[in-house]
Amino acid sequence: MSRFMLLIGLLFFAGLTAEANVDPGYKVGDKATDFKLKNVDGKMVSLSDYKDAKGFIIIFTCNHCPFSIAYEDRIIDLHRKYAPKGYPVIAINPNDPSVQPDDSFDAMKSRASEKGFPFAYLMDEGQRVYPQYGATRTPHVFILDKQRVVQYIGAIDDNHSDAAAVTKPYVEQAVDALLAGRAPEETFTRAVGCTIKAKK
Amino acid sequence: MSHRFLFVSVPVLTLLSWIASMGTISAQSEVNVYSKFEELAPLFQQENDTTYVVNFWATWCKPCVKELPFFEEAWHAYSGHPVKIILVSLDFPKQIDSRLVPFIDKHNLQAQVVVLTDPDANAWIPQIADDWSGAIPATLVRRNGVTRFLEGEFESLEDLHSFIDSCNN
Repeated sequence: MSRFMLLIGLLFFAGLTAEANVDPGYKVGDKATDFKLKNVDGKMVSLSDYKDAKGFIIIFTCNHCPFSIAYEDRIIDLHRKYAPKGYPVIAINPNDPSVQPDDSFDAMKSRASEKGFPFAYLMDEGQRVYPQYGATRTPHVFILDKQRVVQYIGAIDDNHSDAAAVTKPYVEQAVDALLAGRAPEETFTRAVGCTIKAKK
Repeated sequence: MSHRFLFVSVPVLTLLSWIASMGTISAQSEVNVYSKFEELAPLFQQENDTTYVVNFWATWCKPCVKELPFFEEAWHAYSGHPVKIILVSLDFPKQIDSRLVPFIDKHNLQAQVVVLTDPDANAWIPQIADDWSGAIPATLVRRNGVTRFLEGEFESLEDLHSFIDSCNN
């Protein structure tokens, strides 16, 4: 009897945890919030600081995740190509360093300097920004227009392991469309990635 | 009270056997590599009364590696039952021989490991579960054409057992 009750209890608990999902975050068309987060140079950064931006390529990414590492050079290229056109990359590390020490602020500083990140690489201190956006993995891209309306959510492209074999550069296609005054054709894509490491 | 002890002790034993297995040396494992999702897709379309437990993981994924002992324990617990446990590795193609195979040998994994290297994840993720964002670990259980899916990790062996059993009703 007690074993049976325990099983029922566990099933109930499993159901609860599965269904007690918080707000899933933004959908395409939602207006995104601004934030004030610390950059690897020690300065606080907000979207409103970018007076000339036509929009933003916000990428939740981090140091440790192999998928993030595989995309580092491509993220640098995106910024080099699109920041002059008004769409800078803003990278945000959503992970809690007590869970993933490789994603500490000091480690972020080292990585940014080793790779020469030309974009802001911000720490989501307190982990309040990534749940608002609804980021679930790294890397996870949110493209916003000038009014901070979400225009694209998803992957950088369709081949994480081989940049040369990419057939659909999703982020480039979306930003090119926005720059041409059109809505992106693909507005939501998925990709394998690392879970975001939430404080326990 | 005794039940509580049972539930606590099993994962501890699993962890111990896991640690103990680290020292053993065995022959090189062979794993099937699927470069196209279509080749693996039938696994997710089974309509029979075997319970299929499919876990998506990678050797570089810390929470995945942490929960692997639960899947190994479940593999032992369900041996002789119509339950198949398949660990789908999403390791990078160039790390299969250098990293995945040695990992399987080192930990003496008993559950079947296959590798999915199809890069077009946006095409295949929704075919597995519409509500999967792509983060790993992720696990599905399927029986008699009914699928349950979880994005995230299991905190305990009991959680995994409850999840597997949830498809048996």
